[in-house]
Amino acid sequence: MLQIKNLTKIYDGGVKALDNVSFEVPDGEFLAVIGLSGSGKSTLLRCINRLIEPTEGQILWNGENITSASQDEMRRIRRKIGMVFQHFNLVHRSKVITNVLAGRLGYVNPAWSLINRFPKEDIEKALQQLKRVGIADKAYQRADELSGGQQQRVGIARALMQDPKMILADEPVASLDPVLAHSIMSHLEDINKNDGVTVLCSLHFLDLVHRYADRVVALNGGKLVFEGNPKDIDDKKFKEIYGRDAERVG
Amino acid sequence: MKNTKKTSIWKSARVGLFAFLGMVIFAYGFQTTQVDFEELRSERRQESLVRVMRALAHPDLFEYEQVEEVVNASLYVPCPAAGAPEMASQNGADPYLTLTPACAAPGETVRVEGFNFAPNTTGPVRFIPGNDPANTVSLGRDNAETDENGHFVLDLVLPKRPSDDVQFIRATLRRNLGLPHFSQSAYDTWSKIVETVFLALLATVFGTVLAIPMSFIAARNLMKPVKSPLASIGLSVLGWPVGIWFGYSIFSWVGVLSAQAGSNLWVNLLSIFAIPVITLYGFRWAVPPEEPNLPSRLVRFTRLAALFGLVVLAFFGLFQLASLFQVVGTALQAGLGAFGFLGYFLFQVGDIVAISTAGLGALAVGAALSSFLGRIGQLATERLPLATLKALNLVLAAAAMATIFGLIGQLIEWLYQPGNPVYTVWGPLIIGATLGMVLAVFTKAKEALPVGMVIYSVTRTFLNALRSVEALVMAIVFVIAVGIGPFAGMMALGLHTIVSLAKLYSEQVESIASGPLEAIEATGANRLQTIIYAVIPQIVPPYISYTMYRWDINVRMSTIIGFVGGGGIGFLLQQNINLLNYRGASAQMLAIAVVVSLMDYISSELRERVI
Repeated sequence: MLQIKNLTKIYDGGVKALDNVSFEVPDGEFLAVIGLSGSGKSTLLRCINRLIEPTEGQILWNGENITSASQDEMRRIRRKIGMVFQHFNLVHRSKVITNVLAGRLGYVNPAWSLINRFPKEDIEKALQQLKRVGIADKAYQRADELSGGQQQRVGIARALMQDPKMILADEPVASLDPVLAHSIMSHLEDINKNDGVTVLCSLHFLDLVHRYADRVVALNGGKLVFEGNPKDIDDKKFKEIYGRDAERVG
Repeated sequence: MKNTKKTSIWKSARVGLFAFLGMVIFAYGFQTTQVDFEELRSERRQESLVRVMRALAHPDLFEYEQVEEVVNASLYVPCPAAGAPEMASQNGADPYLTLTPACAAPGETVRVEGFNFAPNTTGPVRFIPGNDPANTVSLGRDNAETDENGHFVLDLVLPKRPSDDVQFIRATLRRNLGLPHFSQSAYDTWSKIVETVFLALLATVFGTVLAIPMSFIAARNLMKPVKSPLASIGLSVLGWPVGIWFGYSIFSWVGVLSAQAGSNLWVNLLSIFAIPVITLYGFRWAVPPEEPNLPSRLVRFTRLAALFGLVVLAFFGLFQLASLFQVVGTALQAGLGAFGFLGYFLFQVGDIVAISTAGLGALAVGAALSSFLGRIGQLATERLPLATLKALNLVLAAAAMATIFGLIGQLIEWLYQPGNPVYTVWGPLIIGATLGMVLAVFTKAKEALPVGMVIYSVTRTFLNALRSVEALVMAIVFVIAVGIGPFAGMMALGLHTIVSLAKLYSEQVESIASGPLEAIEATGANRLQTIIYAVIPQIVPPYISYTMYRWDINVRMSTIIGFVGGGGIGFLLQQNINLLNYRGASAQMLAIAVVVSLMDYISSELRERVI
């Protein structure tokens, strides 16, 4: 169970990205986070693994207090939280397998990882994860030789290497075309349904939300404006989330 | 309409005014740079210029074996009162000179004719003063060339060197024998240009290796997130000197121990083979490859103790290796003949290892202790009650600042020798402690302070200050430290390479994509892992290209570092310029041009292949 309590983030420039946001996510749920660009979706996800330090509020995960964890504790928490990014965030000049193995960095002994030595089991595991996302043959290519969809699969494989209990996906399909979007989303769905991993995924398209999400939270201007079943988003709610001028498409 | 016209007039006036001002400034520049073409037109200048340009166009690379014919003819300047003396009569076969007239006043022209010389030879005809025969006098256009009969005619103006004694005109005609071969100057140039290239190579390698870690400390994006609470910072600062002192004592002791054991070659060999094996396996045991959960305190402590023992053992091995290198190196140097430089290299590497081991070990212990204490400080900040923490912060901050200021005081004592402990010991300690306490009072006890930015600023300032000192100036200091020669030049160029590359590198680190950094951090990697996996792959291409660029610069710099005694070809070049030996200088300049353009070509080729 992930509990977010009165979370507020004010950036150095005074911008209030999150404003007193509270909600809960039970284990194994697929939760979609929707909202306009700049509504605080990315900030919310990054506060959960503290890539961004929240200004106020608490985040509890299975009884552990994430917001007050020390740096060492935070590293131990982070390795159980996989993250998938809009721009994939692979290290371009490294091989695919190295990118995937990087997901193991929180577990391996730092001294050995500094000279790029990983245990045999980890390397086998990395190849397995690549097989799972369907790009086993690309393992020894450079990451920037892959297409966008393939790169995002590497990103998912990297997150899977962490043996995650939760995956934070920050607009994982926003820079991919719609066909690829479904393929990536179905990988996330598979991880969620078959491995029981909690998924928090920010999305732009409502049809993707309807198709994949168990539940949805909506942000507007940093405030939580909706929480519930995706089907309950009617025209009135829609305008509340996306602003008065928005039109439903698709 | 009227308005626009007014503005345009005003505008033109302003442009005119600026043009006039520009011209005035330019005119002043003429005076300060002493532009003077009058000088260029003077005959004296033109003559020397032509002479130098011709010498430069004939680099002294090849020469012939030569035979010389030297013939003197006596004359009086001015004519003695008794009238012109009789010329000695010449017999038929030997070369001889005739002077017409046989005596003349200074400044008058005398016709010199040579007979029976070897055909097609050249050489100078000079005036030999009677009272100073060692200093020949050049007579302007005094180069004689014989025709196929061995005859030449030359009209010479006598110098203003009147004497009552007999004086001489001397013709020295030379003929080339056989094929040309490399001149001494060519050999010298070759050996010095090789020295130059290696000087640049070593300086670049040495500089690059040290610039890389420095560039991370000087990169804003890496240092900005580094924050620590006051207790942690204070303990880290205190850890450095204590660790360095402790490490230095231990490793010096290990060195002495090794020196005692090292006299026996068998002990030496045994330890060199046994120690790496023990260290490797011990390290494998003490540092397991993967640990899902934190092991118990006892296990961690045992591991730490084992690691410490292993490190001491490893350093013993290093000392042993150094002494073995020196022994083998000395033997090889004597035995290998032309490849004796390998023995020399081995000996010097052994020497470097022996000298630097204790120091590097001390630094490593300092770093380890500092980071260990830093963690303890972090823990203390998290666990201790607020009041206790405040008191602890006060003490630690005071002690840490006092240490820093005390060290600065010692530096002042060393540099300026005021000899007054109030200025160099007590004063700094008290000021430091007070500042530390002020800092502790005015910061929140648990607040993470931006220590990374402080380190970043200090490093940047240091780099900028040192970068502004030219390599030539550094060479002067190193010439005093290690003596005249290429080693001094190498050290100077190396140091300048470190500081300037560290700056360029760190700017590259600052411009990397932040996405991968964020992604690696999100996996639970620590800072060092983040740098290795997210930063380094991104900076490899610019680092290679900057290193090549710097190699280029170092080759060019090493050609002139010899001007201040830093070895390389510059020394020879400067010597030849000072001796007015322009043909020699020209050979060296040619060599520099060839090497620099070759380097340019090679580095651009390499850059294209690698990136």
